[in-house]
Amino acid sequence: MAPRKTERILNLTICLLVSGRYLSRSRIREAVDGYHDLTDAAFERTFERDKDELRALGIPIEVGSYDPLFDDEPGYRILPSEFELPAIDLDAEEAAVVGVAARVWQHASMAESTSSALAKLRAAGIEPDASQLASLEPSVQAREPAFEPLWTAVLARTRVSFTYRDHSVRTLEPWGLTASKGRWYVIGWDVDRRAERMFKLSRILDLPRRVSRAGAYDVPEPLDLRRLARSLAPPEPTASATLAIRRGKAPTLRRRGTVRSSTGSGHGPSTSSERGLPSGFEVVAVGYSEIPPFAEEVCRHAADVVVLDPPELRQAVIHRLRAVAETADQRVGAA
Amino acid sequence: MSSQAQVRRLLSLVPYLREHDGATMTDVAEAFGISIKTLREDLGVLWMCGMPGLMPGDLIDIDMDAVDGEGVIHLSNADYLTRPLRLSGDEALALVLALRTLREIAGPGRRHAVDRALVKLEAAAGTPPIERASVTVAAGREEISALVDDALSRGKRLDLTYDVASRAETTRRMVDPLRVFVLDGYGYLDGWCYLAQGVRTFRLDRIAAVDVTDIDAEPHDVVLKDLSGGWFESLRDAPLVTLGLQPWSAWVAEYYPTEAVTHDEDGTLTVSLRVSDPAWLRGLLLRLGSGARVISPPGAGDSAAEAAQEALEQYAALGLAT
Repeated sequence: MAPRKTERILNLTICLLVSGRYLSRSRIREAVDGYHDLTDAAFERTFERDKDELRALGIPIEVGSYDPLFDDEPGYRILPSEFELPAIDLDAEEAAVVGVAARVWQHASMAESTSSALAKLRAAGIEPDASQLASLEPSVQAREPAFEPLWTAVLARTRVSFTYRDHSVRTLEPWGLTASKGRWYVIGWDVDRRAERMFKLSRILDLPRRVSRAGAYDVPEPLDLRRLARSLAPPEPTASATLAIRRGKAPTLRRRGTVRSSTGSGHGPSTSSERGLPSGFEVVAVGYSEIPPFAEEVCRHAADVVVLDPPELRQAVIHRLRAVAETADQRVGAA
Repeated sequence: MSSQAQVRRLLSLVPYLREHDGATMTDVAEAFGISIKTLREDLGVLWMCGMPGLMPGDLIDIDMDAVDGEGVIHLSNADYLTRPLRLSGDEALALVLALRTLREIAGPGRRHAVDRALVKLEAAAGTPPIERASVTVAAGREEISALVDDALSRGKRLDLTYDVASRAETTRRMVDPLRVFVLDGYGYLDGWCYLAQGVRTFRLDRIAAVDVTDIDAEPHDVVLKDLSGGWFESLRDAPLVTLGLQPWSAWVAEYYPTEAVTHDEDGTLTVSLRVSDPAWLRGLLLRLGSGARVISPPGAGDSAAEAAQEALEQYAALGLAT
């Protein structure tokens, strides 16, 4: 029955668009094919659902009084100026980048939204042509199941409730979504904790549920999601470690730090333990914020990185290395 | 197909067909990303719609003989649908995010085009909440992505200094750029690498330095990976490794594509991953410490254990082991 419904909705849209004045329900019922054969109750139900469909499509229906003497009965119309896409003119270069945007989303309903946006631009006479930018393939993924309900909630401004990784139930007024390094985060007002909060979507254990009507709260303006994300993210480095890094290894660690001296060159200051290092090591000062995650990063490089200072970091590294070294023994023991 | 998606499309199709009178079925289907069959059904629906009353003169007129004969579309009698519907908040924001992602890997010239397009779209979209979603791509320093984009658009060879993550080493190589792409929030360069004599993928934020040479890039007859399935697809044939993870290492299941995850009652997880590079697994196990152990295949964790042992012996030799 889908084509019949499509016809009815399209005819309703045209009817409200061309009328110019508010139409009463009974007038609409007469004019739109598909309402004729319905009982009173069925018409009321169908008309309510159809209005919701129009609003979901972004079609602005105005409700007003059609009769100056009886202003309690509502009438409906669509103003062409509110309905129509305003004039937009893109040059060839701009149309080309918009064409690339068409293939960015790797998420079914977001890809659908982008292509219907592109269809509207095409209908407005713009010809997005991505062929000259074929060697650029930007993409956005959104694999987290919580993404879609949160996206809808952000757009409609509906309060949501969900279970977070620590099994606490949170109620949030979501302000916006932001992605960094391929992970999505939602930022908003945590209603119970009365504070701005950021949640990682992959750590939401269930599907967020709507717990309010649409437009239930205001979003602060201007909203700077990136700044908020930074302020709600883990702290910046505050401590400094002295590491010996084998030359040419662990480049990401070395580049973050400052080289103090190297072994095997015969120059430069060195402490007693640095003097004991085999040749080919550089001594580098690297900033960090907390020991456990930094120890993890250092361990990844095994014998290519030696912690000289501080001793607590070195102990954490040695402790972890022992745990990994023992896995081999366990396996032999179990065999 | 939902009727909502169809209504949405029909409202664009009418002004498009008015603008492109006599367009072929094939071209229109391609422009809208639908099949010829779907387009034919759409026209069948439009044909039944029109002004209230739906008397013959009220209906949208489509020359169905031309549609089914020459395969071209002539549409008339729809003067009330000359413009498409304005962008919904959903469409505007999806498009804006897509453009911002492109902007993150574009060179200065294309970045300006993106910025201009964004301003025009925001103006045309009215006031949808465009600032309410953002995407950041880890694409390294701006000057590096600008040089890569420049070499790509002018077809020049790159002299690349690159940090190989799995071996944690810096290498220098000549590369003919083939494609720049974004996957899971990171920017990458695909190129023909003269050091490896094959196509290699470089993460933009691990390019330590780059020079655009005067040498023209050679044509290379290669097929680049299809990215639509993500990394997962490209790892499909790699060996499967199963790990037992402690609760504090559960992030591994979030960060890497997994084939299977089992949550056990005590909070531990059993995770199966495709591992194409043994050096990557060694690095992961070293990072995780007591947080992970290899369940299968036997011996997959040995090189990590040996590397840890070697590091411990070095600490002991330096007198730093306590």
